[in-house]
Order: sequence, then C-alpha cells, then structure tokens
Amino acid sequence: MEKYLSVKKVNKHFGKFQALKDVNFDVKEGEFVCILGPSGCGKTTLLRVIAGLESQSEGEINQNNKNISQLPPDQRDFGIVFQSYALFPNLTVKNNISFGLKTRKQNRDAIDKRVDELLNLVGLSDHINKYSAQLSGGEQQRVALARALAPSPGLLLLDEPLSALDAKVRQHLRLEIKNLQRKLGVTTIMVTHDQEEALTMADRIILMNKGVIEQEGSPQDIYSKPTTAFSANFIGTTNLFKVKKISSNSIEIHGSILECDDDIKDDVSTVTIRPEDIKISDSENNQNIFTGTVKELEFLGSNIRGHIEVNFKSQTDIVICNFASEYIQYNNIQKDTQVNISLQPHAIKIVKD
Amino acid sequence: MKKSRDDYLTLFFISIIGIYIFIALAFPMYAILSKSFENKDGAFIGFENYQSYFENSSLVYSIYNSLFISIVTMVITISLAFVFAYALTKSRMAGKGMFRSIAMIPILVPSLLSGISLIYLFGKQGIFRELLMGYEIYGPIGIIIAEVFYTFPHALLIIVTALSIGDARLYEAAKVLRSKSIRTFFTVTLPSAKYGVISAAFVVFTLVITDFGIPKVIGGNYNVLAVDVYKQVIGQQNFEMGAVVSMVLVFPALIAFAVDRIVQRKQVAILTSRSVVHEPNESKTFDRVMFGYCSVISVLILTILGMCLYASLVTFWPYNLTLSLKNYQFDLMDGGGWDSYYNSIRMASYTAFFGTIVVFAGAYFVEKSRGLKTGRSILHLLSMMPMAIPGLVLGLAYIFFFNHPDNPLNFLYGTMAILVICTITHFYTVSHLTGLTSLKQIDNEFEHVSSSLKQPFYKTFFRVTVPISLPAIFEIGIYFFVNAMTTVSAVVFLYSSKTTLASVAVLNMDDAGDIAPAAAMGMMIFYTNAAVRIVYVIITKKILVRFQNWRTKTS
Ligand SMILES: Nc1ncnc2c1ncn2[C@@H]1O[C@H](COP(=O)(O)OP(=O)(O)O)[C@@H](O)[C@H]1O
Ligand SMILES: [Mg+2]
Repeated sequence: MEKYLSVKKVNKHFGKFQALKDVNFDVKEGEFVCILGPSGCGKTTLLRVIAGLESQSEGEINQNNKNISQLPPDQRDFGIVFQSYALFPNLTVKNNISFGLKTRKQNRDAIDKRVDELLNLVGLSDHINKYSAQLSGGEQQRVALARALAPSPGLLLLDEPLSALDAKVRQHLRLEIKNLQRKLGVTTIMVTHDQEEALTMADRIILMNKGVIEQEGSPQDIYSKPTTAFSANFIGTTNLFKVKKISSNSIEIHGSILECDDDIKDDVSTVTIRPEDIKISDSENNQNIFTGTVKELEFLGSNIRGHIEVNFKSQTDIVICNFASEYIQYNNIQKDTQVNISLQPHAIKIVKD
Repeated sequence: MKKSRDDYLTLFFISIIGIYIFIALAFPMYAILSKSFENKDGAFIGFENYQSYFENSSLVYSIYNSLFISIVTMVITISLAFVFAYALTKSRMAGKGMFRSIAMIPILVPSLLSGISLIYLFGKQGIFRELLMGYEIYGPIGIIIAEVFYTFPHALLIIVTALSIGDARLYEAAKVLRSKSIRTFFTVTLPSAKYGVISAAFVVFTLVITDFGIPKVIGGNYNVLAVDVYKQVIGQQNFEMGAVVSMVLVFPALIAFAVDRIVQRKQVAILTSRSVVHEPNESKTFDRVMFGYCSVISVLILTILGMCLYASLVTFWPYNLTLSLKNYQFDLMDGGGWDSYYNSIRMASYTAFFGTIVVFAGAYFVEKSRGLKTGRSILHLLSMMPMAIPGLVLGLAYIFFFNHPDNPLNFLYGTMAILVICTITHFYTVSHLTGLTSLKQIDNEFEHVSSSLKQPFYKTFFRVTVPISLPAIFEIGIYFFVNAMTTVSAVVFLYSSKTTLASVAVLNMDDAGDIAPAAAMGMMIFYTNAAVRIVYVIITKKILVRFQNWRTKTS
C-alpha cells in the first residue's frame, strides 16, 4: 500500500519544555494507526501538530505526497473527533453533520442524502432531529464521528474518542469504529492511553513515552516482542529482571544461570518474561526451573494471577505468572503452597532500558 | 505557519476593534495627559501646572475631602452590604427575591437623584430635618448618605457572588467537627469571601472618588476632586487645570483598579469546578433577625426613591401639596425639555446596540481566535483600561482630542455619535468581562472542528457562538442601556444644544433651582430603566427559553 502520511523529525517545544522529540513515522493508505502512551506523553500534541492546530517547532509533515507542514488547518485534509466531541449544542444532529457540507455547493437534496447515509452508517437514523443534550454519550460520540466523516476526508484523527464512555459502551464502540473504518477504508490515526483499546483496534501501534516513540509495530509484535523495558511494562503485565551475560545464549539472574534463545550481546541487560509464558513444572532438575512459594493469588475471571517468591541462588525475588483457574483448583494451590516454575528459554526476551 | 483567509479576517477585525479603542481611549487619554503639561497657548511647560495646583491650598484640600468621603463611604457601604449579602445567601428568610430587587434600585437612577431626595428629606424645608440635630445635610453628611445609597448595589452584587461560592463541603466539614456557628463564620465564611469583600471595597472607593453628581448637588461648599474638575472646566474655562486635577483623580482610581484586578484573579482560583453550592440550614431566630435587617435597609432605599417620586408629583413644595404632573412639563424649564429625555433614549439604544456588537466581537477575538497572541493580549489590555478611567476624565479627554481643530474626526464633536462612543468606552470593561466569562464556558474545540470542516470562523460565530451566548449578549445590552440612561460624568462635557440628555438635565435643572422638575426627570429615567429591566426579565424567561430548547434534556 501507498505511504499516505509521513511525519519527519518533528520536535515541539512549549517554552523550555519539549513535548515531542524527534518523532518519525509513516502511515499507509487505509491503515488504522494507534498512538498509545501514558497520559502527558505528548499524544494529543502530536495529533494537533498533524492537524495544524499546533505548529511544530521543527520537522516536516507530508500528506499524500504534499508537504503540509506550513498549512493552516482549514487547508489540510482531515476530519477530527475530540475527546469532548465538541458537538454544537444548539444544532440538531442533522445540522451538526451537515455543518461541513454546506459550502461545497451541493444542493439540498444531495446534502440530505449524505446526512441520511452517514446516520445509517453510525446507526442513528432515529435521532436526526435531536440535540446533543438529548443523546447518550455513545450516541454523541457517533454523531461526532459522522460529522467528521461527512466531507469524506482523506485522514481521520481521533483523540481518545472513547475515554468519556463507560466500559460496556466503550467495548461495543471499539468494534463499531473499527468496522466502519475498514468499510470506508479511511486512513485513521487514533490517540489513546488504553492499551487494550489500541491492541484490539489498531493495524499498527505507535508507542510513545515522554515525547519519544518507544516502539512501533503490529499489536502482536508490540505485545510479544517488546524492544524496550517501557514497552514490555506498559503493554500487559510483565516480569523484568536485570541480568548478566554468561555466554551468547545464557544469562545470570540473582546468581542463577538460565538458558535463553535470544542472542545475548551486552554484559548487562534487562529481560522481560510474560506471566502467561511461565509454566508450573513437575520436574525439578532442569536448568530453567526454580522452586518458589505462592505469596498471593489475584482472581482475574478466567485466569488467576500468582505472585510467587522464587528462590534464586543468591536471593529471592517475586515473579508474576498467570494460571488457568481450573489448574489452581485441581492442584489445590493456595497461599504458601510450594511450586516449581519453569522460565522457558523462548520466553526470555532482551529489552532496552 | 502560512496564514489562511480566516487568519487575515481575524487580523482585520482585531485591528478594527484595536483602532477603535485607540481612538476612543488611548489617544484622548494621551491628549489630556499632554494638556496637563501645557499652558493656555499650547506650549509645553513641564510640571508648572502641577506646581500651581499644589500651591493652591483650597484645591489640594479637595484631595483630603475626596479621600475622606471615599473611605468613610467604603466602610459603611461594605458593612451594610455584607450583612445584606449574608442574609441573601446564608439564611432562609422569606422575600429574598423582593429584597434583592429593591437593593438593585439605585443602579437604575442617576447617582445625583439620591442627593436631590436627601434635600427633600433633610434640607432646609425637609420633612425630617430635625433628625440631623442642627447639622447641615449640605456637605459631607449628605454626600456620604447619598454615596452609600448609590454604591450599595454594586458592593452587594460582588459580595453575594463571593459568599455563594463558599464551598458547601467546607461547611459540612465544619459541621461534622461540631464547629460553633461563630467559629464557622470566622474560619470558613469570612476567608472564602475575603477577596470578594476587598474587591467590593475598591469598587466602592473608585465609584465614590470619581462621582461628581452627588457632591455637586448636595456638597455645598465641601469641595471634592471630581467637582473641581467640573468647576475648572465649566466654571472657569481653565482646561489645563482641569487636566491636572483629572490626572490627580486618575491616580487613586488606577491604584484601586490594579488592586481589584489582582484580588479578582485570586478569587477565581478559589472557585474550583468541584465546589458544591451550600444550602443554608434553618434557624428561626437568625432568619427573623436577617429579615428585620433587610426590611430596614429596603425601607430606607424605598424612602429615598419614594421621596423623589412624591416630590416630583407635588405641585409646589412645601406650600401646595396637591398632586399634579406640573413638574413633568419639562418643556417649560431649562435643561432641554422632553427632547433631553428622547435624546437619552436614543443615546442609550445606540449605545446598547453598537456597544454590544463591539464588545462581544472584541471578547470573541480575545478569547477564541487562533494565533495572533500579541494582538489578542493588547486588545484585552486595552479593553480593561476604561475601568480605571473616571467618566469625567474621559469626557474631558474627549474635548481635548476630538475638539482639536487638526483632528480629522473633529466633525464628531457635538454630535450624538460622540456621546455614544464615549459611553460605550466608559462602560466597556464590565461588558467585556461579561462577554469573556460567557465565552470561556464554550468548548474551544468548536473553532477547531469548524476549521477541520473547512468552514470560515464567522459561520461558527453566527450559527453557534452567538446563539449559545444570547443570555450574555442581552445582559451586556441591558447594562449599556441602563448606564447610558443614568450616566452624567462622561457626557457632561460633550453634549450640545441638540443633544441634551435627561441625566444632564437633572443636573442642570437642579443647578438652576428647579429641584422638583429635576426629581421628575430623574424619575423618568427610573421608570424607563425599570421598564426595560422588566421587559428584559420577560424576554429571558419566555423568549430565550423558547429559542434555547436545546438546553433541555427532553425533546
Ligand atoms: N499549550 C501547551 N503549553 C504548555 N505545555 C503544554 C501545552 N500543551 C501540552 N503541554 C504539555 O505537553 C505535554 C504533553 O501533553 P499532551 O500532548 O496533551 O499529552 P497526552 O495527550 O499524551 O496526555 C504535557 O506535559 C503537557 O503539560
Ligand atoms: Mg491527550
């Protein structure tokens, strides 16, 4: 697919504070990209720079092979949905949606048809004459989406579009937005701090921290191949250990030697081990198997998360692992039960600090 | 970033409003300042005028008098208004709405009307003159009583706001901790109202020190700064000395203004969005005491107004007490006759109409436009300045600026237009703040959404911003109208024989000894303003509600 948008070496300063540091990434045509990161990391700032609502201090933005870095927002081609939705409260749903259509010299019928089409698309045909105060949060969100899509923009920008909604509505709308985007094929950049949202919706995730892009990749890659300690920790739950190099495929954790599949280069590094990659083992005499004591069990629905105090050679350390609920019941594992856990070589991954 | 059409249009409109304020405020103020350094022939003479001012002990004595009057009035008004505001916000007494309306009456009449009323009550032929036990009402006593009447609603409004933002959670905490009411008052109520009280005090101080109608009518031989300006200019045609006294008068007003702005900023910081409105609890005794207090104040206010009403209807005070409309035959007196009244209505209508447009557009550009940070800050600063300029000084400044033979705008001199421009400028700041407050409550992303939808900003302005802001727009309009009807100070130097005004007619008829017709004309202003206010209430209650049904949850 074609490269549709590219952000090159963008920096943004607010006085002395640098909100964006050397941000580079591309978005392909029709792609759904999520910018994910903790609050305050610069996601909104990045989105506003792309929209032209904020001007970058340095760098360049190209859209559709055209340098748009210096264009004001009304000369760029995008639709935007804000966290607050910013629906015009004194206009009906219909007039909100048609707000951006009027100057295009379309006649009345064409506009009405387009509004109907969009209302159908977001499933709000019954609400055409209501005001936003008379709609639920989810409905308002969909009106905002329809309004942004009305002029068929080449790029759709969404700033935390679901964060003001309650959990159930949010889950439902995630799917709906994703389906809509796929159907229309509109290139979309969504900003969120919710990793689950990003993992379920995005074709590609751009993970940000403190104004810097930490990692980008497909949801699977970001989850299973975190390249930095921040990525590993921010997405899902993980165990992080400082380790020493023994050989190119073995490391030392708290005095104990472990095999691993990754190619070890540095003398000292950090590794991540996902809780679900840790298994309880019956045997004891394998190199990557350790004894430990269950300190705590957290009920997570279908899963149970154990906090296990593992006896490494020189000291103990807490390791988090996930078990199926039945497994815990079947084996009668409780607080203070002794277990053997297996840190398999393929589960151990080197990450940058 | 490259400029879009919107940016150019914004720049254009900001420049127009900026130029307007420069012409209507900055240039005239510069003219009066430089005049104070010139001699009669217009040559620069440094501080010579100031020197002769400070060598004239009777003029300098006015400074003491002005400060004395202002400070005493400030203390009395704030004390009275605080208890009244406390009753309105923290008690459950009956008749709150009525008391509030009565307390607002002084805003609807020219300040000097209370002076006229006092003459009827306590003057040489006054009904209650014995109550003064031999003291004269002409002088500081009369000035102070009248000024208290005049400033009471201004102080009340500010203190009521300050007291109503007292956070209910603090009161609940105090109650849970079994704090005694007295202690709650000193630890919770007073601190949270502190800034409001300070702000009100400075507002009262400024109103009094810059007011000239009251001391003119009832001051007798007691000279104050504001009257000195008037006498220097109108009586002695000594414009340079008028300019000097003006500068002396601007000085305390500027300080009071600066303090008020600082304090206001702190007050806003207390008012967090999570504050909860405090519901007072019931205490029969407390409510009765408060009811009694408010009744006394209300009776006093109504007495002053009622006395004027009565005096305006009495055929020939105090000899022929039969009621008639003889005093309303203004065409038989000096002062411009009924034309003055119609001129005032026209002037107030123009001021309300054009003032609201200029002020609201100005506030919109300050608050909502993108980029042009410096331009917007300058515009805001200019919009805040008129509050620090006494009306009398502004009026005099207009003479110097517009009447200058080399000024291309000279043709405005003596027209209705200059009265309107001057009045808009005089009352600009409060209206500007009303507009800003209302615009701040509107989501800033509206403008961004529109530009993403490729719509010009004025479309959003007319279709969204203005409809949402209608209540504030009406409020600005009514504020301009009422004040344009009552103002004397700003326009007293600027009217011509074709543009005499009702409020000025009150002053001139009183000066000529036609006190009863003066009272009658003052009452005409009151009737008009009261009627306009009532219409305003009906409009906001009935019509605005219909146009604003989008505010309701049900369709
Ligand atoms: N207009 C501004 N002026 C100064 N600092 C700002 C401004 N806008 C954002 N910031 C700062 O930039 C950082 C990133 O903000 P933002 O992009 O809103 O974060 P996010 O959307 O990721 O939560 C924050 O520390 C914020 O305080
Ligand atoms: Mg954000």
